[in-house]
Amino acid sequence: MPDAPRHVSTATNADIEAAGTTASVNAKEPEGFSVVGKALPRIDSYAKVTGAAMYADDIALPRMLFGRLLRSTHAHARITRIDCRAVLGLPGVVAVATGEELPMRYGILPSSPDEMVFAVDKVRYVGEPIAAVVAVDELTAEQALKLIEVDYEPLAPVMTIEDALREDLPKLHVESRKPNNVHKEVHLAFGDMEAGFAAADRIFEDEFFYEGNNHAAMEQHAAVAEYGGDGKFTIWTSSQTPHYLHRIAAAVLGIPASNLRVIAPMIGGGFGGKTEPFQHELAAAHFARKTGRPVKFALTREEVFYAHRGRHPMKMKIRTGVKNDGTITASHVQTWLDGGAYGSYGVATTYYSGALTPVTYKIPAYAFDGCRVYTNKPPCGPKRGHGTTQPRFGFECQLDKIADALGLDAAEYRTRIAVDPYSRTVNYLRITSCGLRECIDAAVQRTDYRKKHGKLPRGRGIGLAASTYLCGAGLPIYWNPMPHSGAMVKVDRGGGVTVYCGVSECGQGSQHMLAVIVAETLGVDVMDVRVCAGDTDLTPVDLGSYSSRVTFMAGNAAHDAAEAVRRDMAEAAAQMLGIAPEQCGFANRRVFDVAKPDHYTTFLEVAQAAEARFGTLVGVGSYTPPENLHGDFKGSGVGPSPAYSFSACIAEVEVDLETGEVHVEKITLAHDCGRALNPDSVEGQIEGSAYMGLGEALMEESSFRGGLHKMPNLLDYKTPTILDTPEIEAIIIETDDKEGPFGAKEAGEGPLNPVIPAIANALADAIGARVYSTPITAEKVLKALEGADSGALRLRHGSPARAEAIQ
Amino acid sequence: MREKSPYDLRASARGIYGFFEMMTAPPKILAKFRLNGDEIECAFHPNKTLLEVLREDLGLTGTKHGCEMGHCGACTVLVAGEPVLSCLTLALECEGSEIETVEGLARGGNLHPLQHAFTTCGAAQCGYCTPGFLLSAAALLQVNDQPSNAEIKEALAGNLCRCTGYTKIIEAVALAAERMHESSDA
Ligand code: FES
Ligand code: FES
Repeated sequence: MPDAPRHVSTATNADIEAAGTTASVNAKEPEGFSVVGKALPRIDSYAKVTGAAMYADDIALPRMLFGRLLRSTHAHARITRIDCRAVLGLPGVVAVATGEELPMRYGILPSSPDEMVFAVDKVRYVGEPIAAVVAVDELTAEQALKLIEVDYEPLAPVMTIEDALREDLPKLHVESRKPNNVHKEVHLAFGDMEAGFAAADRIFEDEFFYEGNNHAAMEQHAAVAEYGGDGKFTIWTSSQTPHYLHRIAAAVLGIPASNLRVIAPMIGGGFGGKTEPFQHELAAAHFARKTGRPVKFALTREEVFYAHRGRHPMKMKIRTGVKNDGTITASHVQTWLDGGAYGSYGVATTYYSGALTPVTYKIPAYAFDGCRVYTNKPPCGPKRGHGTTQPRFGFECQLDKIADALGLDAAEYRTRIAVDPYSRTVNYLRITSCGLRECIDAAVQRTDYRKKHGKLPRGRGIGLAASTYLCGAGLPIYWNPMPHSGAMVKVDRGGGVTVYCGVSECGQGSQHMLAVIVAETLGVDVMDVRVCAGDTDLTPVDLGSYSSRVTFMAGNAAHDAAEAVRRDMAEAAAQMLGIAPEQCGFANRRVFDVAKPDHYTTFLEVAQAAEARFGTLVGVGSYTPPENLHGDFKGSGVGPSPAYSFSACIAEVEVDLETGEVHVEKITLAHDCGRALNPDSVEGQIEGSAYMGLGEALMEESSFRGGLHKMPNLLDYKTPTILDTPEIEAIIIETDDKEGPFGAKEAGEGPLNPVIPAIANALADAIGARVYSTPITAEKVLKALEGADSGALRLRHGSPARAEAIQ
Repeated sequence: MREKSPYDLRASARGIYGFFEMMTAPPKILAKFRLNGDEIECAFHPNKTLLEVLREDLGLTGTKHGCEMGHCGACTVLVAGEPVLSCLTLALECEGSEIETVEGLARGGNLHPLQHAFTTCGAAQCGYCTPGFLLSAAALLQVNDQPSNAEIKEALAGNLCRCTGYTKIIEAVALAAERMHESSDA
């Protein structure tokens, strides 16, 4: 039954590269590098500590107008009338707009263009934009919204996954050809599932639920747009993906993309929440054209919670067959994703909820059924770990149960079944460098896990989990043969170096990363490098700060660009030093003879000589992932990556057996980032992941009552404060990936994934019972204590909540 | 007829404006402050918060906002040396007071030891929470230049950060305290 018709791919495993890898722990100062591997202050940190850094809402232009969006007060309703006539009578109001003015449907994925700037005919979630007003100030715009009359004819709301699979509720998207409110189904199987389960000594089956949550980046989204007399637009916006906004905004506004410039200024955190076009950005541009004046839209925190695109609530059923020694013979993962009202990145999320499970452990047969549904809630999208965080929680909890049932040491068990470096998974994903075992070993050693696990007094526990993540999606959102990232490096005759690259700095350190790579290549100080980033007019395209792609892809592009300049400079230096160009070394603002480092000339002199000889000194580079990353089947485009990062986390908890409160005492998190270009930045990403994972595990939830967010503010939506955050130990594991820039992989998302199951496993160790759903609240812990492992969650069987039943 | 829905978003707090029905801004008033050491005079609508006056009327956008409801600490500034949430403070209340914002921390082009430590330790990632943390920490160090980790955490408990996991922020404040203490000894 569960292995109903699915696509079975037949690609071969022949092209596995045979190569070893060595990992080193905390290799802080690798030899031979002068910039790479040094914990230098980030180049962007000076502007950030002085208040000089400009974020979107800091931009103020002369004659600027302020906009506010009118948002739906119904979860599901037909709009029978919108009357804006009274609005323009209010002094200070300049313009108003509704859906007919921007009729194009768009979506970040070409497969689900289902959103509009302003809803027409129908609203599908509370908070969906219906109209907007711009006025001389925000207060006036806000007042004007109250003068817009909207008549609704309520429709039955679809609020849960079960609702969405019912036949008797209205469809959110009547044009969808899928049954009921199903948005996307994925059914894939690899290897011989039947034989795999037949060969198993034991089969484990568990159900989990992962609650949705919000990114809650500290900066609320804001956008400023300007329309010039030359018919050209500029949008400044807190976007992790200026390139995709460029593309989609041009289409929605009905203008050539060449007439639009999108600039991502500093971004106050993203975590995936600013990766697709938002209504306020498109509205700002529309009103700029309509009024001929600059327009700003800045969202309130409450609006951010309704704009959402946060982590999908996900139900999961995981069935795994193992030998008595724990060897996995087959695994079947089923997921149901509560997508909210629109597509967003949901098709990709659905694939991701199955694609990366086989990347950590050897699984010879693997099947995956995913089903994403529409509900009348704000759309879900990508959040740090995109779609892989939820199944990782389930899978790692189940592995601990398996280890427990078979009497295995959970750490040794994981290292034994861990994937090998330079191998291929059963779903044809190419693994290159892999420090998974080293991560587990390092975390185990640092915490004395073996002495503690299963041996601590009741109420105290320690838990382990491991994970993996992409270093950028192997395929772009819009399939095309062009590079994923481009960079340009310019050396000026004053010895200054500028990198131009489309990356968006959302806090992860992308600008510093570019500076490190270019400084290392050209032998200058990192502070000699200026970065011009995130500007679709000035910088070559980078697809954006999503799927942890920037270090690997933009880093490689910048490296190539710097190499190109270096070649010209080496030619010039060679002549000056009387040596061959290959003999030239670049370091400490000098170009020298590698055989005789005292024989040198300065970088400045070489720059001038090279410019005299070759003209303007510019190098360009670009990065396109290799082609052999994936199998050949529908859906094979989601999951492949040029490299994978690996992590292992150990959490130590204390549980109050009276109240059920879980107190995390320490999180130890080891992460294989390939190479730490700046160890401080990598640690920062690991620490931030530990913190964010803690929040998801214990407190954060985007839950709704009657379509209303239960906690759309930062007081009720609990995030860990400095007092809630435990000691965090970050361990950097380096594996020197052959294809990464200077061996680097990602660090921004991967380390988050193991944190949640590590805490869940620590809880199980502490109380001998499990909580199968997040967030792990005191209430659930008390229930688990009462029922001792009866399971805090039951999927409703018999309902059509099974992928097979709805094919 | 316009439907009153139980799901009416406007019933919940929507910035400060949601609390008022059809309000129009009262006429501007002129007030004096000492801002980052300078005597200044500024005209603003008296319903405006200190946050709004700083950012919109005085162009000091270093002070950030993450909620405008007193939940996040991003808007922290010092009024008469005390950390206050500028989003909950009427600018009018501060008339005649000494106000310090992130723009006033550096002296003569030299970073404040806290600013310096934040760069050294990697305590600013996206940097959006940073000004608020700097001001909260500055207030702490003014009264306690040898704080324990627990005291640092207590003083920063009202500031949220989504990027750093706070670890490097604590390190940075401790480092700045150490340096300030050393230089005050010398
Ligand atoms: S903006 Fe003042 S506390 Fe959040
Ligand atoms: S550095 Fe981004 S919120 Fe603190």
